[in-house]
Amino acid sequence: MAKATVVRKVGDDVSTDAIYPGRYMATVLPSETPQFAFADDLDLNQKLKAGEVPAGSFLIAGKNFGCGSSREQAASCLKGYGLVVIARHFARIFLQNSINVGLNMVICPELEAEEGHELEIEGGQVWNRTTGRSFAITPLPKARQAIIDAGGLIPYARRLLLERSA
Amino acid sequence: MDRKQETIMGMTYVQKLIARACGRSEVAVGEVVEPPVGLAMSHENAALVINQFLEIYKETGREPKVWDPDRIAIIFDHRVPAESSKTATNQKKVRDFVAQQGIRKFHDIRGDVGGICHQILPENGYVRPGAMVLGTDSHTTTHGALGAFAFGIGATEMAAVWTLGKLLNVEVPGTIKVVVNGPVPAGVYPKDIILHLVGKLTAEGANFKVIEFRGDAIRTMPTSGRLVLCNMTVEAGATAGVVPPDEETVRYLREEAGVDGPLDLFGPDEDAIYERVVEIDASRLAPQIACPHTVDNVKPIEEVTGKKVHQIVVGSCTNGRLDDLEVAARILKGKRVADGTRMVVFPASWRIYSEALRLGYLQDLVQAGAVVCNPGCGPCLGVHQGALGDGETALATTNRNFKGRMGNPSSEVYLCSSAVAAASALSGVISDPRGVL
Repeated sequence: MAKATVVRKVGDDVSTDAIYPGRYMATVLPSETPQFAFADDLDLNQKLKAGEVPAGSFLIAGKNFGCGSSREQAASCLKGYGLVVIARHFARIFLQNSINVGLNMVICPELEAEEGHELEIEGGQVWNRTTGRSFAITPLPKARQAIIDAGGLIPYARRLLLERSA
Repeated sequence: MDRKQETIMGMTYVQKLIARACGRSEVAVGEVVEPPVGLAMSHENAALVINQFLEIYKETGREPKVWDPDRIAIIFDHRVPAESSKTATNQKKVRDFVAQQGIRKFHDIRGDVGGICHQILPENGYVRPGAMVLGTDSHTTTHGALGAFAFGIGATEMAAVWTLGKLLNVEVPGTIKVVVNGPVPAGVYPKDIILHLVGKLTAEGANFKVIEFRGDAIRTMPTSGRLVLCNMTVEAGATAGVVPPDEETVRYLREEAGVDGPLDLFGPDEDAIYERVVEIDASRLAPQIACPHTVDNVKPIEEVTGKKVHQIVVGSCTNGRLDDLEVAARILKGKRVADGTRMVVFPASWRIYSEALRLGYLQDLVQAGAVVCNPGCGPCLGVHQGALGDGETALATTNRNFKGRMGNPSSEVYLCSSAVAAASALSGVISDPRGVL
């Protein structure tokens, strides 16, 4: 992954209601969900909608990012902007949804970085190019690697469907 | 491999359940399995599942056909009746799909068989002990109360289940044993027990684990209370909550859910290995309140009594059952909801609504000034009725109090039992129900 900037740093236990508020849940299509990403964080939401955040930019979070609801919109809305989410760790359903829809996510328990810092992912480490320090990445669950390698659950499930006798 | 040898001594309830589902004598914690699915549930978000399901079939030359229409349940509850043309169009799309695929466990917007998915599944006997139950809703953990391994998944994951009939690449989870002993004091309810547990474990304390409930306070608790406990295990990050089935489970299934035929009843091994054991002495518990803006910010009621409340909510998949309406009606009967406070009631299903109507509970609530709405998710997630104004405070029997949860990021939500909610409706401030019961 190329070097890019931290566009937002959020805290621990950021819920799917914060990432994608429940009142927008009638909008379901991945092509339509990005407009409501962090809808209650007006500054970030407007920057994203205005195209001011380049794809590949980092959103960094504390522990248990994406806790709460199973709504897949929370993963698809971030994927729509090509954001890379780095968290100390992720909540289970959000982690699986993100792998399924192909959102780039990184588990980095010790990361120290601030908004505006330049980060780069290389050799199993998150490098903070602003401070010159590096932090180890925890691999995503091995059980799900086949889905990641396939580019998401839709192509993976499609392959299994085709392998099954008609 | 080492890990496998370690765990084969005894199995937890869910370990054993997964082994049986996979047709094996044993599975180890951490092992990757692909168990067949017993029941796959969705609500309005079936609209997205359908979209992803059709994506999987795209350019395959195969006709999109769900693996087993009798193992799929779809219940409209999040926005009923539809609050917008967009929702109504999604619901129409789902209705067409249900007819086309021959899905019969479909609960449309109806005053006889409708309601919230996490009440509809148990009361119709769709959930059995030993079953794998998946739902595109995080509170699918509720169904562990009947001895199922039940948990929430996303829409694309569900689309793969509809296609293949199994869950792909899952790790057998470890289990935390939570032993709850009583006797439970008057004025303290299953909601207080689970709020206390979430506070103790924290919002991430059970991440990727199953919570298995044991102890004499669980054995003597009716299924309605076990549903409350399992419903909120996800608030501690748990994959699932489960109560190993017993006589009460059988009673509920036979008498309240109309289930005939054999049941697959089994328990955890006595030498099962748990990752952690947590003991709760319920006899010492006071009513508990989860304070804004996280469910694990739990305090005994003494610390928050007197807090002004603008809206009281009784209902939801957590606490919208007959015993919740009974205690609220008992507290409010012949009295009056305080001025400056409004109270809205959302029964969990129309069966419960009808029963509460027959028993006079709804009359008591309405005469006290409560607004009784139709069964559904209502204000719980801020999408349909009961929104909060800027700076307002709600006290609710629902399961989440995240910032903005009830539709307004500048409002606050406190969570409590139905008894606390009703007692507080009388005074307009958070109040201890032990004074009015």
